[in-house]
Amino acid sequence: MSAVSTLTGSQPPLQRERAVTIFQKGAPGRRAFRSPELDVPAGEGDELLPSRLRRSKPPALPEVSEPEIVRHYVGLSKRNFDLDSGFYPLGSCTMKHNPRLHERAAALPGHARLHPLQDAERAQGALELMFNLQRALAEISGLEHVCLAPSAGSHGELAGVLLTRAYHESRDEVRRKVLTPDTAHGTNPATVTMAGLEVVKLATNDAGGVDLDDLREKADSDVACLMLTNPNTLGLFDPNIEEIAQIVHGVGATLYYDGANLNAVMGLSRPGDMGFDIVHFNLHKSFTQPHGGGGPGAGPIAVSERIAPFLPPGQVVRGEDGTFAFAPAAPSSIGRLRGFNGNYGCFVRAYAYICSLGGDGLRDASETAVLNANYLLARLQQTVEPDVRSYLPLAYGQLCMHEFVLSGGPMRRALAIKTVDLAKRLLDFGFHPPTVYFPLLVEEALMVEPTETETKETLDAFADAVAAIIAEALKDPQIARDAPYSTPVRRLDEVAAAKRPVVRERPVVRERPAGNGHAAGHKHPGGHRR
Amino acid sequence: MLAAIGVGSVEELFNRQIPETVRLRQPLALPDGEGEQEVYAHLRELAQRNTSAEDELSFLGAGMYDHYVPAIVDMITERSEFLTPYTPYQPEISQGGLQAMFEYQTAICELTALPVSNASSYEGPSALAAAGYLAKLHNGRRRFVISAGLHPHAAETLRTHAHGYGMEVEEVPLRDGVTDAQAWAHAIDSDTSAAFFAQPNFYGAVEDAEALSAAARHAAPEHGNAGAGGQANGGDPIDGAGSGGEANAVGADPVVVAQVDPITLGILKPPGECGVDVAVGEGQPLGNRLDFGGPSFGFFAAREEYLRRMPGRIAGETVDVDGRRGFVLTLQTREQHIRREKATSNICTSQALNALAAVVYLSWLGRAGIVELGELLLARTSYARRALCAIEGVEPFCEQPVIREFALRLDADVAAVRRRCKEVGVNPGVDVQALSARAQDRGLLLVALTERRSRADIDRLAAALKAALAAEREVVSV
Repeated sequence: MSAVSTLTGSQPPLQRERAVTIFQKGAPGRRAFRSPELDVPAGEGDELLPSRLRRSKPPALPEVSEPEIVRHYVGLSKRNFDLDSGFYPLGSCTMKHNPRLHERAAALPGHARLHPLQDAERAQGALELMFNLQRALAEISGLEHVCLAPSAGSHGELAGVLLTRAYHESRDEVRRKVLTPDTAHGTNPATVTMAGLEVVKLATNDAGGVDLDDLREKADSDVACLMLTNPNTLGLFDPNIEEIAQIVHGVGATLYYDGANLNAVMGLSRPGDMGFDIVHFNLHKSFTQPHGGGGPGAGPIAVSERIAPFLPPGQVVRGEDGTFAFAPAAPSSIGRLRGFNGNYGCFVRAYAYICSLGGDGLRDASETAVLNANYLLARLQQTVEPDVRSYLPLAYGQLCMHEFVLSGGPMRRALAIKTVDLAKRLLDFGFHPPTVYFPLLVEEALMVEPTETETKETLDAFADAVAAIIAEALKDPQIARDAPYSTPVRRLDEVAAAKRPVVRERPVVRERPAGNGHAAGHKHPGGHRR
Repeated sequence: MLAAIGVGSVEELFNRQIPETVRLRQPLALPDGEGEQEVYAHLRELAQRNTSAEDELSFLGAGMYDHYVPAIVDMITERSEFLTPYTPYQPEISQGGLQAMFEYQTAICELTALPVSNASSYEGPSALAAAGYLAKLHNGRRRFVISAGLHPHAAETLRTHAHGYGMEVEEVPLRDGVTDAQAWAHAIDSDTSAAFFAQPNFYGAVEDAEALSAAARHAAPEHGNAGAGGQANGGDPIDGAGSGGEANAVGADPVVVAQVDPITLGILKPPGECGVDVAVGEGQPLGNRLDFGGPSFGFFAAREEYLRRMPGRIAGETVDVDGRRGFVLTLQTREQHIRREKATSNICTSQALNALAAVVYLSWLGRAGIVELGELLLARTSYARRALCAIEGVEPFCEQPVIREFALRLDADVAAVRRRCKEVGVNPGVDVQALSARAQDRGLLLVALTERRSRADIDRLAAALKAALAAEREVVSV
């Protein structure tokens, strides 16, 4: 692989160090925490807590000093790629810049150390913020009634399907089926099952939209809802949306909008105006929360008048005297979905974002997101040396909204490298790859979402990298097949990981050396098999 | 850029894709955007209109607590490399986050004494509801039995979700402040899918978790039938022939689910040693901010036989092509993006950043610290209950041991008493009635301690409460 190593550059030594967990570090008796003084009587023996309720051996947490903790986690951080380090065009995830103002604002003690059960009159700032955010989300979605509570997009979806059920039940109707296009995010069908309903798949037409004939055939009085992402996961706005809404409403079903792709249409088109009854927002996507390595997020919902009576508790209302309070849940509410008031810390950040951009700025953001996606698409499809388009054609359509899906099928056939190989080779070029193998109906799919926060230079560099990898594969496809080379680890054996799962470290508890100097070690009991 | 695309304007991009009839042809009715300085000032002004735990002597708890969060938690979680990536879909460039998940899972396993943990769930009550869904998939039965000692939010959340997946919920009352053991055993039958209790319970009392778990098993008549216990269902149902969304044959024991407060697990007998199958709970006490209720995380640990039915992400250990140790998201065939309507949950992401805060916090606390902190809380909470119950007009809710929180019965209007205390800068705790519809909760004040509340603070609370009760008595007698 000497030819390859010249391609990969050098790697800082830290990133290639053997992985050692915090549980394998430290020494007996070492610590960072110093307990506050015991300033009350300790209690005699079992006086305060009988021994049968007591733990016999302490949990084998690490025994490490503060500097060791800092070095350990800073070391780990250097084995992560992140949005602040480079381009992250992960389709459907909307990896846009995270302004640090939001972190500073959310960390203010008035927000960060506010207890969720603080009395309303002593939490007026928080309630006003939530009220304002509700109003803004209602305006952006075109649906009047907002509940901020759901914890994530998937949780908002569950709320939406439960709301649909409650709505139909209130009309003494039992409807069991939920239509989901085959382009839908996996959360849609999984949610339907959890809500006790049945998934019916809808076909996609040649243009990448909902197959209207299939919809007409399947839309009947047993359909509770159609869950739709628009623009969908192919990055295409369904031009038949009004007709779809007519068909769905015509059989008495509701129309659910998966807001994962809202970043394409803010200020340009509103789900409520398209005919949707229920929308969830992914605050962490469209309204830029740091994604945190996979959470937290927040998934507020907005609904139309007829769905509003069933909303979960947690809506903030303004009284006649101008003060804010949580409204009591309606008797017809589907009930509580989680503890407390939702992910308020995310609300602070989303609200800061909306205040910074304003209505025009949100529209600008969406316009630029769509412009960037189309520019990158054009660059990729128009590169002639090599002819990228012949290897990675656009799966559907000609233009796109905020993201687009290429098919790696021709590339696999012509060069014998798969989408995963291209993705892994992109790592060596310093890019996070796009989403791969989704949506499922596109062969060897590559789903690219650049977002509005990337510059033309970055988009050009990415397009050049894809072209370079194809050019390289024309000469030696093995390079991509064996990639990556420059990362802290190389391709990992995921099959073995799933076959014999090791999901935890087994800490070895070492007692402090006894008088004779022997360190008595023993395996901590109850560990998972290795 | 427009020339490369082949359109004349950005507007054309939209005109060619979105039907005119659904275009928004007016500006969004939102205030104009502002500069960073102005937005900060606005958010600061809003923050100042909140009374945080920094502004009063607060004994609020009931699920979220004002523990001290060490500075290294902020420092580490604010690092770009942890703050700004997404789910580690590309493990080669996500080893830091994946290893942190793996370490988090280890810490949760250690705390709970259960062998497997996921990489975290949304938050406490919905983690409890997710445990219910696991039980439904596991044994296909139709009833949940819950202790009235569950947090009201957890009970309500479970009911909401259970209604979705078609389960009945029956609540067992308390007796002497803890779950009524007889009623518990009586309520659990052969159609009980799962039995849920909280440890310590919502009122702060320590339950006999071992006895409750054992009773749940013995109460189910099917137990031990022809050797068809949990073992029969412990195989490989998800990765095998594909029965992920479908239940196993009826015959397994009910799944015993404990909602536990992780900060107590340095001194309380852990769920795994009490016969509990699934331990869930609110993770906020472990290095996470109050944040007016979120984001935090829920933890989810279980016996190994439930591993392939767990919700959410799970990090697993493996090796790379060069034999180097590494970590990946594993058992993904459980998950929605692969398995769609047959997934074990619809959960997409975990609460990775919050879970990272927890594992940093637990490393900081360490093996000795988690015990010392538990002992400190136990001693101060017991002291506080004694001090407050010595006041005229205050009765303990129960005599059971308490660790970090306890309920009191006041002989006055709780809201009025709280108002008086707040006037002197003391927030004495939660008016339980405001949180719960249960009749038993009228007149209850729930007082929570953390290591930030010293003996002097407790004495100040006692003085405020005494004065408030005396003043209320005067009002009534006048």
